[in-house]
Amino acid sequence: MLREAFADFVNQEVAPNAAKWDSEDHCPVELFPKMGELGILGVFVPEEYGGVGLGHTERVIALEEIARHSAGLAMFVFTHQLGVAALLEFGNEAQKKKYLPSLCSGEKITGLGTTEPGGGSDLLGAATTAEAKDGGWMIRGRKCFITNSHTADYAMITAKSGTDEKGRNLLSVFLIEKGAEGFNPGRKENKMGLRGSVTGELIMDHVFVAEDQVIGALGKGYGVASKVIGEVGRASMAAISVGILRGCLEESVRFSNKRIVYGKPISKLQAIQFHIAEIRLAYEAARLLLYRAAKRKDDGKSAVAECSLAKYYGTEAAASAAKRTIELMGAYGIVNEYPTGRFLRDALTSISSGGTSEIQKLIIAGDTLKQYAV
Amino acid sequence: MQILVCVKPVPDPEKYDLLMIDPETRRLIREGIPTVINPADKNALEAALRIKDTTEASITVLSMAPDFCADRIRECLAMGADEAYLLSDIRFGGADTYATSRTLMKGIETIGLAPDLILAGNESADGATAHVPVQLAEWLGLPHIANVSSIERDTRAGQAPGAASWIIHKKAEQGHIRYRARPPILLSVERNSNRPRIVSALGVVKSKKKKLEILRFDALDVSSDTVGYAGSPTKAGALSIPDLSRTGQRVAGTPAEIAAAFMDIIKKSI
Repeated sequence: MLREAFADFVNQEVAPNAAKWDSEDHCPVELFPKMGELGILGVFVPEEYGGVGLGHTERVIALEEIARHSAGLAMFVFTHQLGVAALLEFGNEAQKKKYLPSLCSGEKITGLGTTEPGGGSDLLGAATTAEAKDGGWMIRGRKCFITNSHTADYAMITAKSGTDEKGRNLLSVFLIEKGAEGFNPGRKENKMGLRGSVTGELIMDHVFVAEDQVIGALGKGYGVASKVIGEVGRASMAAISVGILRGCLEESVRFSNKRIVYGKPISKLQAIQFHIAEIRLAYEAARLLLYRAAKRKDDGKSAVAECSLAKYYGTEAAASAAKRTIELMGAYGIVNEYPTGRFLRDALTSISSGGTSEIQKLIIAGDTLKQYAV
Repeated sequence: MQILVCVKPVPDPEKYDLLMIDPETRRLIREGIPTVINPADKNALEAALRIKDTTEASITVLSMAPDFCADRIRECLAMGADEAYLLSDIRFGGADTYATSRTLMKGIETIGLAPDLILAGNESADGATAHVPVQLAEWLGLPHIANVSSIERDTRAGQAPGAASWIIHKKAEQGHIRYRARPPILLSVERNSNRPRIVSALGVVKSKKKKLEILRFDALDVSSDTVGYAGSPTKAGALSIPDLSRTGQRVAGTPAEIAAAFMDIIKKSI
């Protein structure tokens, strides 16, 4: 019933507008309160903080349904949920009570920013610094490729707040409120895919944040960011890819049943059936990997490797499936009246979001070398 | 205020091209077709929920349907209804509108409901007779208005609390008819008269804690010859599929002979 409820919302509010949001690169912030009311934003947050009290499995169900029609909107939603997850898992009680209700209701928007011009996966190499000052922290630096950069009311960012005894950087996570002096969004990217979600820079020019805006323990920001991105973020990217795969599957079946060539629907042709079988297999496999990873997270087990498996396989498979769907449709596949071009652009863009395929393989290999050592 | 909403699970109207009729029993073959709440009944439920949004009210949902429809009834609870009753028994199967409305009336008696408002969809998407709501009103001895497009609270000065009356708009062939009505009354609500709310995730969670009681034949004060197929005066007639096949016929001769032959064929066919 929950999936049906999410699908009802998507069919009414998302599907009719997805192509427009994509072509105009419009981020539908106006839908946020509605999504909050329906429980999509805080589905995994306990009721006492304004959420629904379910889990990450239900969260990725919602993302899959949204991404079936608008991967860009799903990107916007899940990045918000990254910030929510960071607060929920690492925030103190006062921070949870202060921030989570308005984030679950959609009144406020958040996100998590770690990537810098020097790279996204090299978290510890961050150039952004936080210096203790006047009972709080002075932050200086620049983040790039940050989703929700221009829409977030509360930006959560990582910054170097010190070094350990071996001289290695120690990161902390800071919550910066929109409008803070010296804090501004910078360049806004014109992306190939996942349009409708805003991606851009965050500029911190001597931004002061109070002590109570540190999320998680001081100096433990690497753990906060890597856990939230590794589990919540990558499961979300996997959910987006599963949504795109379902879109490819449904469009392939719909088109091939309607398109008549040589006096019969092309779905009767073996060459077309091979395409459909491959897309179905990719969809089912990606879905199983995703829901296994989400279940592990809900069970309180580490799901970093499982999320990487799901993200790597799902995003690559979605790109292949989108290409197959375009091939299956012939000339119609490249016409923007159909969503297939959007599927391909969204799938390709998903590959580098939340860690490239190469980074996922490193994580998978690292886990495999431990798990399967004999 | 107590509001009763009668709902009917029906085969998804968007999948009607997949529906078949069993030539033996002359009933719909529903296997493989998803079941949904009848769209007009959702409009009726939404009308009730809008009253509840602004007034102290409790909403009970009542349906007669097989057990597998319980999930659909729970969807009504997820939308915001407070409790639900499902009249479900093999002996209720095959009922026409007469037996259905009578069984619903017996269900209301058994539950002990005395609703101020009874709302139902104007007609079901599958049967489309529009009989059941008005028949139910007759069984209960209540006034009824069909084709209702809107329900508003009568806010005239001097209304005593608890003696709410309603302004009802009914769609007519030419325009609308406006009624002022006092409860108890039964209203059958037009399809698309409002936009039913989308079920929220929290609604789904809460629905699992709400009462959904299944009442069997034995719980109702009925006899087997008054319910289901046995209690239904309507019997389906013969089923036939019209022959729409086409055949070609070659006409030869001089142009005048061909024209005369065509005229002859046309005259015979009309």
